[in-house]
Amino acid sequence: MNANAATILIVDDEPPILRLLRTSLASQGFQVVEAANGDTALAEAERSGPDLVILDLGLPDMDGLDVIRTLRGTGNAVPILVLSSRSDEKGKVEALDLGADDYVTKPFGTAELFARIRAALRHRLQQQGEQPVFRSGDLEADLVRRIVRVRGEEVKLTPKEYDILRMLVAHAGKVLTHRMLMSEVWGSETDVQYLRIYVRQLRQKIESDPERPQYILTETGIGYRLKAE
Amino acid sequence: MPDQNGEPKRPDPEALLREAATETRGHLKVFLGAAPGVGKTYEMLLSAAAQRRAGVDVVIGLIETHGRVETEALVHGFEIVPLKHVDYNGRHLQEMDLDAILARRPALVLVDELAHTNAPESRHPKRYQDVEDLLAAGIDVYTAVNIQHLESLNDVVQQITRIQVRETVPDAFLDRADEIEVIDLTPADLIQRLKEGKVYVPGTAERALAHYFSAGNLTALRELALRRTAQRVDQQLLSHMQAHAISGPWSAGDRILVVVNEHPKAAALVRYARRMAERLGAPWTALYVETPRSLRLGEAARDRIAEALRMAERLGGEAVTIPGRELAGEILDYAAKNNFSHLVIGRSRRSRLREMLFGSITSEIVRRAGNVAVHVVTGDDKAAPALKTVDTRAAAPFDVRPYLVTAAVVAVALGGGEVLARFLNVQNVALVFLTAVLISAVAFGLGPALFASLLSVLAFNLFFLPPYFSITISDPENVVALFFFLVVALVASNLTASVRAQALVARQRARTTEDLYLFSRKLAGIASMDDLLWAISSQVASMLKVRVVLFLPENGSLELKTAWPPEDVAEEADLAAAKWSWESNKPAGRGADTLPGARRLFLPMRTGRGPVAVIGIDSDKQGPLLRPDERRLLDALSDQAALAIERINLSDDFDRAQRAAERDRLQAALLTSISHDLRTPLASILGAADGLAALPDLTADDRKALLATIQEEAERLNRFIANLLDMTKLESGAIAPTMGLVDIGEIVGSTLRRAERILAGHRVETALAADLPMVKLDPVLFEQVLFNLLDNAAKYAPAGTTIRIEGRREDEAVSLRVTDEGLGIPPADLERVFDKFYRVRKSDSQRAGTGLGLAICRGFVEAMGGTIETGNRADRPGAVFTVTLPAQPEATP
Repeated sequence: MNANAATILIVDDEPPILRLLRTSLASQGFQVVEAANGDTALAEAERSGPDLVILDLGLPDMDGLDVIRTLRGTGNAVPILVLSSRSDEKGKVEALDLGADDYVTKPFGTAELFARIRAALRHRLQQQGEQPVFRSGDLEADLVRRIVRVRGEEVKLTPKEYDILRMLVAHAGKVLTHRMLMSEVWGSETDVQYLRIYVRQLRQKIESDPERPQYILTETGIGYRLKAE
Repeated sequence: MPDQNGEPKRPDPEALLREAATETRGHLKVFLGAAPGVGKTYEMLLSAAAQRRAGVDVVIGLIETHGRVETEALVHGFEIVPLKHVDYNGRHLQEMDLDAILARRPALVLVDELAHTNAPESRHPKRYQDVEDLLAAGIDVYTAVNIQHLESLNDVVQQITRIQVRETVPDAFLDRADEIEVIDLTPADLIQRLKEGKVYVPGTAERALAHYFSAGNLTALRELALRRTAQRVDQQLLSHMQAHAISGPWSAGDRILVVVNEHPKAAALVRYARRMAERLGAPWTALYVETPRSLRLGEAARDRIAEALRMAERLGGEAVTIPGRELAGEILDYAAKNNFSHLVIGRSRRSRLREMLFGSITSEIVRRAGNVAVHVVTGDDKAAPALKTVDTRAAAPFDVRPYLVTAAVVAVALGGGEVLARFLNVQNVALVFLTAVLISAVAFGLGPALFASLLSVLAFNLFFLPPYFSITISDPENVVALFFFLVVALVASNLTASVRAQALVARQRARTTEDLYLFSRKLAGIASMDDLLWAISSQVASMLKVRVVLFLPENGSLELKTAWPPEDVAEEADLAAAKWSWESNKPAGRGADTLPGARRLFLPMRTGRGPVAVIGIDSDKQGPLLRPDERRLLDALSDQAALAIERINLSDDFDRAQRAAERDRLQAALLTSISHDLRTPLASILGAADGLAALPDLTADDRKALLATIQEEAERLNRFIANLLDMTKLESGAIAPTMGLVDIGEIVGSTLRRAERILAGHRVETALAADLPMVKLDPVLFEQVLFNLLDNAAKYAPAGTTIRIEGRREDEAVSLRVTDEGLGIPPADLERVFDKFYRVRKSDSQRAGTGLGLAICRGFVEAMGGTIETGNRADRPGAVFTVTLPAQPEATP
């Protein structure tokens, strides 16, 4: 995978964060483009056509959410990784529902950041053809034959459970908001508690310790994420 | 006695002198008995024997054993200073040898019969003077005396026992005693001893003796002795307190009674009594005796009486009203029954002629006062306006009905008389008429009764005494009969009417008292100002049938606080009147001298500390708002209400002070916390980063350690700031939980993942019941609660121990318990661990938390409608935190 040659646009107005991201990303071989405000960010997204945007939601000139809205509004499908503060669950969900691909909570560790970047980039590369078989640890999901195996043994899933797992597998490593999952699986928004009940059932079938899940991780207040290898 | 109003903390020099004087003097102990035979000498010898055994040099100066065997047995073993023999007028007398004792100089000498009169030509006429010499020489003295010998009680004792006691000891001598021991024996026991011949009273005849030792006398004497000693204890306390500048409470045993009446000087009397009470440190009471005459008093006079009584209450006294017929007797009776020692009265205002005819109440009281000290306060009568007794019934519109009914009653009597006269002597008919007179007196009072008397005489004369139907009476005998009938009727109606009047007074007072009692009982239990004001206005409104508004001061201005009926509003003119009333502490508005144009009448509500509120009343009634008696009731109600308001104000003040103190404490804690909890990790991070930058030769391990420090400390800092943020949100009320049905297990999982690094050193067990239902909560908040609990457990339980998370269903709730294997929480801290910035002190140097985590837990859990509590494990040391949330019915997809 030639991910490391990718160009990343960093949008943040804090010089120390910019410096940190610039240094660590460059050290991994990424091309780095910077923008300290929303306007410059939009211009750079146009000009340099980045492979990924790291976007801080708090910008001096405009709301980070508006940057996402504008980019998606102009048909730009570039993966967007949002930087947000811990307690801003609403902002995160809104950004994701507007089309952001994932988020990292400030303060963040570099390892976590790179994992998110890789997931987002991989997802972009794979968009044209889904990988037929997903594997993570003991979990194996064959999306073509609709077969799920845990430690080699086939697990019987109900259609809704399967739909949820398929969505998670399709976006492995990325967070999916409750709303995304619900509209995909039920076709409309239903009560989050139904989703939670199905997730619980799903976990009981595929997790070895459903209380401390290894595959389907809860992003509290936001949604779920399937742990990618 | 020094004035307590002086500088309160300076020791009284006289008291100190008294203390100093007793230091070189001998120590005097008095064995005080109520009567002969109680065993003073015996007791004195017992005490002395104990002293002797303790090695004290004790001698007997003089002991009268009166031949009692038990007493004589005790004397053995004591050194006895031989008595001096004196011959006087051919009589041989034995006296204590003072000089021999002084020469012997024992440490302690026993001298019996303190009140004894020495033989003529002795050095001192009295034995107690000998004792004085002994004491002055520094010799301790034990002595014995009966209460009857005390000079000030001499006449009292004589009254009780009818025996004149000639040998007396001055009170001052007893007062100077360092110790007084009352030898107490019940009268029954003493009488028993008398029968057994164990009591010896010299020179007393048999009959007198029998009278002396009656149970009643002995009880009275015993009480005297005990009271006298109790008083001394009071004085010793007082003296000690003065000498050591300890301020009050003082009790000197005095009680002051001040009698008030309608005279304008009543207020001055009350103030006089209060000053006197202050000086004496005595409780005091203002008394009003309600006589039938009270009913005829004018309204101004009644107001003055009520005001005097209320003033007494305001000034810290008690106010009492009793019914009575004859002033002097009632007052003295009350004073005696209630143990008053001082009586304050005004000078009688009767004219000289009346005084000569009926005597003056003042002089009668003085004459009959007995032991009560009477203070007659005179004043400038001319300054006061002359007061007349006003017949209030005259002021009331004349009511014909009673007279009509009376006429009817007499008519019936006439009919009855006609019937009776056929069978009986005509003289008996007079009794029928008398009955009619009495009936009218009982039913309607004096006026109708007199009217009935007249009618009866007329009817009797016209219909029963020949010549009939004529006023003239032929038989002179009948004239006399008629005359006496009239006299009897008049006297009887007068008596009956006055009884009736008194009953009316009593009933009226009972009703008022009842009202006041109910009112105060209603107010007593109320704890919040709003409820109190509500109760006051509704009660006053219903009792007086008026509309009520209450104004209280708030932030420097007067605010309408409550109204009854509730929708009442105050207009501009009313506000002005209320304000004026508040500022000038006088009534204003309708019917008052100031701002009479206002719709309401405003009265200040006062306590001894000043006004607390203004009450405004009005009604739809035409004319005066309140009758004078209603106005007095309002005044009394408003006084009680004012006290209740003040009570709540004071407790509010107290609460406010406490809250302010708490706020200060929190601010200080916050500062400490921020300076400590922010700086410590920053210092570590800076130090580690500096090290990495400045020390190029670090080994790979050292670099790793420094990097780990930076990471850990930065995370700690992050948690701390997150906590501060959460707390700020909680306090500013910015927490709006997004509640949804959530699977607790899911949150446990995500929290454990988030807390992975914190819990790295501990084992974590989870035990969630399989039937755990979905719970309505905010997942983000709940995760933080659980995270903080785990963080707390990891901090306080040593590494390597197990932290257990249990979830179970309990009836209508779901509970989540986090238990650890640390030392547990000290019981004293259990209540406080959820307080902000409260940290349980730890023995080792383990890093303490921010003191916010658990406070946030509580805030969040409560915001979600749940409860959190803590305790210690029963099976082993360790803390248990339990979060309980209401369960929701299980939803099925």
